[in-house]
Amino acid sequence: MTKTQTAHQNLLALLLLLPSLIILGIFVFYPMIKTFYLSTQLTDLVGNPIKFIGLKNFANLIRSDSFITSFTITLIFVLFSTVLTLFISYIMAITASQKMKGIAIFRTMFSSTMGVSVTVASILWLFMFNPQIGLFSKILTILHLPQINWLSDPTWSLVAIIGTTVWMNLGFAFLVLLGAIQAIPQDLYQVADLDGASWWLRLRKITLPATRPTIFFVTVVTLINAFQTFGQVDILTSGGPDYHTNLLVYAIYQDAFVNHSVGRASAQSVILTLIIMLFTMIQFYVKNKREGRNAK
Amino acid sequence: MQNSRLQKNCRFVLLLIVAILLLLPLFLGISLSLSSSQSIAQGNLLPRHLEFGNYIKVFTNTPMASFLLHSLIVSGMVMVGQIALSIMAAYAFVFLNFRFKKTLFILFLSTMMLPFEAQIIPNFATIRDLNLLNTYASIGLPFLASAFGTFMMKTSFEQVPIELKHLSDIEGLNHWQFATRVVMPYTKVNIITFALYSFLTNWNMYLWPLIATTNDNVRTVQIGLRQLRSQDTASNWGLIMAATIVSVIPTLLIIFLGQKYFKNGLTNGVIK
Repeated sequence: MTKTQTAHQNLLALLLLLPSLIILGIFVFYPMIKTFYLSTQLTDLVGNPIKFIGLKNFANLIRSDSFITSFTITLIFVLFSTVLTLFISYIMAITASQKMKGIAIFRTMFSSTMGVSVTVASILWLFMFNPQIGLFSKILTILHLPQINWLSDPTWSLVAIIGTTVWMNLGFAFLVLLGAIQAIPQDLYQVADLDGASWWLRLRKITLPATRPTIFFVTVVTLINAFQTFGQVDILTSGGPDYHTNLLVYAIYQDAFVNHSVGRASAQSVILTLIIMLFTMIQFYVKNKREGRNAK
Repeated sequence: MQNSRLQKNCRFVLLLIVAILLLLPLFLGISLSLSSSQSIAQGNLLPRHLEFGNYIKVFTNTPMASFLLHSLIVSGMVMVGQIALSIMAAYAFVFLNFRFKKTLFILFLSTMMLPFEAQIIPNFATIRDLNLLNTYASIGLPFLASAFGTFMMKTSFEQVPIELKHLSDIEGLNHWQFATRVVMPYTKVNIITFALYSFLTNWNMYLWPLIATTNDNVRTVQIGLRQLRSQDTASNWGLIMAATIVSVIPTLLIIFLGQKYFKNGLTNGVIK
């Protein structure tokens, strides 16, 4: 390539990348750095930094009961919502992977929650959990069981949020897992059929190992999304009762925009960022390792 | 033979049960939206007479129509912006040689592991200081560039056979002609997939539009719904459900019509 061609390509590339770089600079990199900076500051009511206090915001967090509650609750929430999402969507994917007439309609129905927004999901489930006229209260009445105050009981309210979240997650997880199951070469199963392998054995020896990379991918994505949960909490419980559904992002929002304690909110944002960076890096690492192995 | 027919029927019943359980919340929502408030108050889950009054009230008694319009504008704007910017950036990464290419690409990728929720405080300050609160720009601007989109477009542009590039060079096509006449038609399916995905995500945005709007001027449908349910309409389940169903129709349509795009895109482009 000649010198002018190189200069031309450099210039063209710059022009093509510049719009994205400006947006990412202003709305991703700058705020990220600013958040780290603010997490080390004492801030006033409008969020202006007053003075450098090192890691004191973090130290205060660890000593704060409400943060410990919300952090513990977040971990429990992430664990349960991820495991349940994976388990249920895998069963859905196996069931819908079989070839039969009309299966396309079922696949479309199964993936439909992918299009449902967090607001819509939360409002639909808000009704399901309604203590007077909701579906669950009706079922409990029929079964002669005591009523549950789904959204005001400390334990059940988290169950309610997990249920809503899992329901929302199913569409996406199902679709990705279905794709992976369908991509398994059919001859693997034909060999198993000849050997007379049972349904369970085929699942354990062929389907599960062949879809392991996708299971891992869906797990990490679901996990990361779970850490970023906000809307369900906002609509269903507003973090209550007594912080028992106060998930990390909801706590950040409350501290930043309601309690006006920006330093504290920023410190929690830093913690959130570190967690999500960690899981993203694990994902990159595993993916690269696998691709490296496949290339060999 | 009989055994396999039995198995098939079992499978069908299983599929049906899963489908019913999964769609139950949505079905109940539709059912309530078609019920009178009297019927709901009596505890009926199914309407006694079909009533479409709630849907009329959604458009006459609430600002839902303008919320829907705002969402359409914001989602469309951001979608167009994301497609344009992602295609531009991906073209550079795939078809051009330039300095710091690798570094810049890593910079793009790195934004995918930075949670937006951790950036809301400074972003709110930026939007406020630019005097953009309660404008379409305030909701859309932070999302115009998409690392995910750039990554997805890059992966699909890499599928364009190198022979086509050589041929275009021989034919004397410039970059603009090569991009619009060869690359984009060749990767049309991926571009459509990203467009659908983008619109869906924008339509369903929650946290940021909640922060960036303080009045009804440009309020999007998600935040409008949140507002409906926290106001005096809160106990009017029929009305709330009608508004909810109206708001979800566009995205469900996208899911149904774009089914094959999503499945291919999710399994081929993104994960591998």
